[in-house]
Amino acid sequence: MMQIVKSVGVRKSFGAFEALRGIDLEIDCGEVLCIVGPSGSGKSTFLRCINQLEAIDAGALWVNGELVGYRRSGRKLFELSEREIARQRLATGMVFQRFNLFPHKTALENVIEGPVQVLRTERRQAEAIATELLARVGLAHKRGAYPIELSGGQQQRVAIARALAMKPALMLFDEPTSALDPELVGDVLSVMRDLARTGMTMIVVTHELGFAREVANRVLFMDHGLVVEAGSPEQVLGRPTQARTRDFISAVLS
Amino acid sequence: MGGGRDDLADDLSEFEHVRRKHIGRYVSAALIVALASWVTMAFAHGRIEWAFVGQYVAVRTIIMGLGNTVLMTALAMLIGIAIGVTVAIMRLSSNPVVNLAAAGYVWFFRGTPVLLQLLLWFNLALVFPHLGIPGLVEVPTVEVMTPFLAALLGLGINQGAYTSEVVRAGLLSVDQGQYEAAKAIGMPRLLALRRIILPQAMRVIVPPIGNEVIGMVKLTSLASVIQFPEMVYSAENIYYANNRVIELLIVAGIWYVVVVTVLSILQGRIERYFARGAGASGAMSRAGASR
Ligand SMILES: Nc1ncnc2c1ncn2[C@@H]1O[C@H](COP(=O)(O)OP(=O)(O)OP(=O)(O)O)[C@@H](O)[C@H]1O
Ligand SMILES: [Mg+2]
Repeated sequence: MMQIVKSVGVRKSFGAFEALRGIDLEIDCGEVLCIVGPSGSGKSTFLRCINQLEAIDAGALWVNGELVGYRRSGRKLFELSEREIARQRLATGMVFQRFNLFPHKTALENVIEGPVQVLRTERRQAEAIATELLARVGLAHKRGAYPIELSGGQQQRVAIARALAMKPALMLFDEPTSALDPELVGDVLSVMRDLARTGMTMIVVTHELGFAREVANRVLFMDHGLVVEAGSPEQVLGRPTQARTRDFISAVLS
Repeated sequence: MGGGRDDLADDLSEFEHVRRKHIGRYVSAALIVALASWVTMAFAHGRIEWAFVGQYVAVRTIIMGLGNTVLMTALAMLIGIAIGVTVAIMRLSSNPVVNLAAAGYVWFFRGTPVLLQLLLWFNLALVFPHLGIPGLVEVPTVEVMTPFLAALLGLGINQGAYTSEVVRAGLLSVDQGQYEAAKAIGMPRLLALRRIILPQAMRVIVPPIGNEVIGMVKLTSLASVIQFPEMVYSAENIYYANNRVIELLIVAGIWYVVVVTVLSILQGRIERYFARGAGASGAMSRAGASR
């Protein structure tokens, strides 16, 4: 299967406010897609719809070959149970802007929590995998540290390891470096760069245009709940065709 | 201003330091010592036979009463916490029926005195002479509703209403991002609550629950009115026979203080355990422990 995400006319409202006003998008396996756009344009909302932290109001969304949130039978769509939604979420890993590590668990415990409790992996095996993942994000020596004892950049790298431990088909990043001090951004981006090199499919909401230019296969510019422009990084970031994209890029770069 | 400048220029390292006088401390200490000795004198000269206190402090009936008080406290709190956690989760449910049922329970049991609830349970036979499934198993209520069971149900179910509010506040204190992170690694709601949310809520829940356990130790004394042989009932039984009312009440009081003291020490330990990994308050209790 080549396509991992397919979004057709996805809409989402909060009360009277329309955060997504019809998103059409297809993402291939192995692709790294960066989403940029001004604050409030619906970037986070779209990511949260993909892993069902929000339910969509209209349109349809397929992730990893499954219709998101519904089961199709005849000409009817049946809402999935909470348990089935939890199962569908296993296809995606999510990295949050504010890390959201479990503060009462050490780095290692954070990483093995999902495999042991959800996937029912044997604890010894889960620890072996977690140790390897922590080494991959450069934090093997911090396995016993609680989140409060880690810097923001270290916490975010543990969060990436925690998401990867579930062996997702798709990784979602929601502004993973926005809450970090400038000198810590580089470590997190280099972990993400390595991850992209392994062929992981990634959707990254980011204001790091340099990262997008270097790592993304495709860049998508969103504004007011719509995709304004999409294409190669050179095209969208270098030669944008839409005035709104140009304004945004010059605002970020200045 | 000018004087300050002169001071800055001087070398003060050779000066003698004169400590501030804490007159308030001496005065309050003197007052408290006076008051304490007056109370002690009063009791020493009052009509209390201290020898009897010593004689009765460890008799079989009293120790049995102590055991029943501790047992009832533990069991009633276990029921209270089990109900409290369940009801708190029900109250945060999106299902309106579940939600309303939970709110109704809290409303009813907080709305009536626990003494009245104890009497109601104990006299349940007046309402339902038989318990069980009609036609299948039926037993006379008076045989089932012993003082022990009536006390357990009365205290435990009443406690659940209070504990549920404490647990609910604890659950609400956990950052929304924690629910989302748990969901994002594929946890269903109840697993997320058990593994991620409740352990963090414990930091907020444990101090008031500790308080309630200590309250329960003394609340069990109400069960003496339905003839459950806890501490007060046992003391009463003895003084009905020998008329040493005050001496036996003092014996009971001593044991309550002992139990509460032990529990207070345990409470501190448990609080430190649940504060692990938790920022400022964790650091605070660690610092407190090292002092
Ligand atoms: N739970 C919610 N309730 C109400 N409004 C919401 C909610 N979540 C998002 N919104 C609104 O939807 C719009 C899109 O929000 P979203 O978080 O997707 O923006 P964003 O593009 O991620 O912005 P940012 O760059 O600031 O993170 C915003 O106007 C926001 O106020
Ligand atoms: Mg956002």
